[in-house]
Amino acid sequence: MKRARTYASIATVVAAMSATAVVADADGDQLVVNGEIKMVTEAAAADHLENLDTVYSGWRFRADETQAFQMDDFDNPAMIFVEKAQEVWDTAEGSEGKACASCHDDSESMKGVRAVYPKWNETAGEVRTLEMQVNDCRENQMGAEPWNYTGGDMANMVALLTTVSRGLPVSVAIDGPARETWEMGKDIYYTRYGQLELSCANCHEDNYGNMIRADHLSQGQINGFPAYRLKNTKLNTVHARFKGCVRDTRAHTFKPGSAEFIALELYVASRGNGLSVEGPSVRN
Amino acid sequence: MASGVKPRVKVPKTAAAGDEITIKTLISHKMESGQRKDGDGNLIPRSIINRFVVDFNGQNVIDVTLEPAISTNPYFQFDATVPESGEFTFTWYDDDGDVYETTKKIAVS
Repeated sequence: MKRARTYASIATVVAAMSATAVVADADGDQLVVNGEIKMVTEAAAADHLENLDTVYSGWRFRADETQAFQMDDFDNPAMIFVEKAQEVWDTAEGSEGKACASCHDDSESMKGVRAVYPKWNETAGEVRTLEMQVNDCRENQMGAEPWNYTGGDMANMVALLTTVSRGLPVSVAIDGPARETWEMGKDIYYTRYGQLELSCANCHEDNYGNMIRADHLSQGQINGFPAYRLKNTKLNTVHARFKGCVRDTRAHTFKPGSAEFIALELYVASRGNGLSVEGPSVRN
Repeated sequence: MASGVKPRVKVPKTAAAGDEITIKTLISHKMESGQRKDGDGNLIPRSIINRFVVDFNGQNVIDVTLEPAISTNPYFQFDATVPESGEFTFTWYDDDGDVYETTKKIAVS
């Protein structure tokens, strides 16, 4: 894999010398949001990453205009959805007459939570994503209907929880009881799926920085999720993105919220350990 | 009133006299064009913000007519020269007759 990467770099240099150069690795731009939150968009790869030396946030692979959207909350269209979630946070719902705020007070109290999820839950005996915890609260604490895993309400709420952790380093635990799930996620990451026989690694490890038709491939980091995509003008969740990627290999996809995608989320999150929690980000 | 409409404005709190400042505005609105049909084939009636006006101390700064092709959550950014301390008034006019207004003060030294 290291060798493949070297070839890609040579190709980049050659392309850069020709007049039609469009291919480029991560650029050197620095991300500071609102002039105060300094984001780490480049970090030394975690020890478990055998084929990468450095991890980059997807922000570094985007064009300057797209990057600019994310540097000021007023310009970031995702903040409209965060505001909506803040209203939901304070609104009581369900048979218990509780709102999120009834137990958790201000949403700022959730600072740090996003950075460590998905996380092993001792009581439940499983690895849980933030979405699962939100729905657990809704069902068991509030007596409310659970939200669709990748629906708008869920994406908005996860975006709110992400906002308050912005700038903190992603730090998911992969040892102890979470190890088994993590190994499963790693297996999925390196398994070729679909008629095109592509694994996650084929694009996001072997070819990041190169173009896939008109798209500039990133490392597929999820530190910026939920992501506001310019192509669909809404917040996109991690599992919806996974589903889209697997679909693009022309495979039958796993379901959002399935054991497979939970494992994959834990593994992919761990690949970004050290990068800042950046969401809600703005991407193509 | 159309649901979920909320105006947002960003104006610097202070500026020097004669400075050109950047003003950013955004209003969340679905901007239904009137061209789309619902599941039964019926036309969804047009519902957009049709006019956006900014005044400074009673003097008009900009006056914009919005058309149905403008996408959801219209965003306007413009530069303005502020001669003195005062107040910006931002007004959006909705098709359904609603008027949304926000004001922002600026101190000029």
